Amino acid sequence: MKKLGLGSVLLAVLRREVSLALRQKGEVLTPLVFFVVIASLFPLGVGPESALLLRMAPGVLWVSALLAAMLSLQRLFATDYADGSLEQMALSSTPLGLLVLAKALSHFLLSGLPLVLMAPVLGLQFGLDGRALGILMLTLLLGTPTLSLIGSIGAALTLGVRGAGVLLSLLILPLYIPVLIFGAGAVEADAAGLGMGGHLSLLAALLVLSIFFAPLATTTALRISLE
Amino acid sequence: MSLRASVIHRACCQSAARLRARDRTVKFPQSISRHHELKTVPTLSFSKLGCSRGGRQLFQNIDCVLESGHWLYVAGANGVGKTSLLRMVCGLAPIESGEIFWNGTPIHAQADAYRQDLCYLGHLNALQESMTVHENLAFTAALGGMAPDAAQTQSVLAHFGVAGRERQLVRHLSQGQKRRVALSRLALSQARLWVLDEPFVAMDEAGVRMLADLIAAHLTQGGLAVLTSHQQVDIGAIPAQLLELRA
Repeated sequence: MKKLGLGSVLLAVLRREVSLALRQKGEVLTPLVFFVVIASLFPLGVGPESALLLRMAPGVLWVSALLAAMLSLQRLFATDYADGSLEQMALSSTPLGLLVLAKALSHFLLSGLPLVLMAPVLGLQFGLDGRALGILMLTLLLGTPTLSLIGSIGAALTLGVRGAGVLLSLLILPLYIPVLIFGAGAVEADAAGLGMGGHLSLLAALLVLSIFFAPLATTTALRISLE
Repeated sequence: MSLRASVIHRACCQSAARLRARDRTVKFPQSISRHHELKTVPTLSFSKLGCSRGGRQLFQNIDCVLESGHWLYVAGANGVGKTSLLRMVCGLAPIESGEIFWNGTPIHAQADAYRQDLCYLGHLNALQESMTVHENLAFTAALGGMAPDAAQTQSVLAHFGVAGRERQLVRHLSQGQKRRVALSRLALSQARLWVLDEPFVAMDEAGVRMLADLIAAHLTQGGLAVLTSHQQVDIGAIPAQLLELRA
């Protein structure tokens, strides 16, 4: 029996989440398909006017990404809660906050990162140019981990609650507003020649803040759910 | 060490102090202490422990001292608060009144150190259905900061009669087999204190005996165990400390 360092424990959590997701591919693919469908509905709904589509592209893509990221949040702790693994995590000698951080990171890798990679394809539909696509990807890359971290608080709060999905959206969507404003705003600000440095800095600040505070809040919520 | 007839069990129970929750406070006599040579003997103790659920008082004023090498048998009818007590001991449920001490220090004051010494097995098996037996065991061991090697896992599984199932998905196992896999976590853990909620459920006779032997070996090595069971069980020849909860 070997002793493991903290890093290896977190790696074990990450590896478990990823291998579980790869065994249930539907769970990774559903949010991605949802993202594509939602983003593609807008041009169909508002008509093919390219100036209008270009204007609303960053906002539409960001809102779609936000909703898609939320779709898979409910399952973040639900299966572990149902089979008792969550109890074991709460009782393990590894701090629960770090395990939560690893779970949020795995959520980003499995649902945020595919959105980041898919976004330019959808952006092309709206007629965004290369530079705008690059900025969109950058803002999503900075923003989606924050979505996963904030979302983990909601997922923990709604554990074992009936109708958890709707409740989760109501709890979490308002908290996503700052990320949405600065994420979608960066592309527009750059197009208007205002520079996007401020927006990106604020997105990064939100990420750092949520890396610190979200695991604390999630841990407290999980301990309450397990009582 | 084997499963004894219930006659002996009853004799053991009678020798242990009977505790009536709610109205009286009884300290258990500490007759045998084989570990006095150790500087710090692992000790679990409750002081004036109480719990209520949904406005109803389940138990109160429970006092008890459990020393290294002994096991506490929490008995009582359905709904008297056995699981609540065990969850409080683990630190999963908040302590409403009273205090639980591990080595003389309240458990919430040393949460991290206490969790290292603790292995809990509840009603749920904590097995992920779409992972293999080996992956599940490796993961729970990793949570405790340990990495068991393949040979070790194999021998433990063989001891529990589920040899050669390491690569099988948990969902392909029967209920009893899942329980055996969950129990083999105990054998892989380094914890001093085992808290087992109905560990004998879904086990056949051979399984019950194997688990009793495992607990007996753990106690002989200076471990402690707290368990509930509706079955009559004997852990080797080690007498139980009985804690009977009554409504």
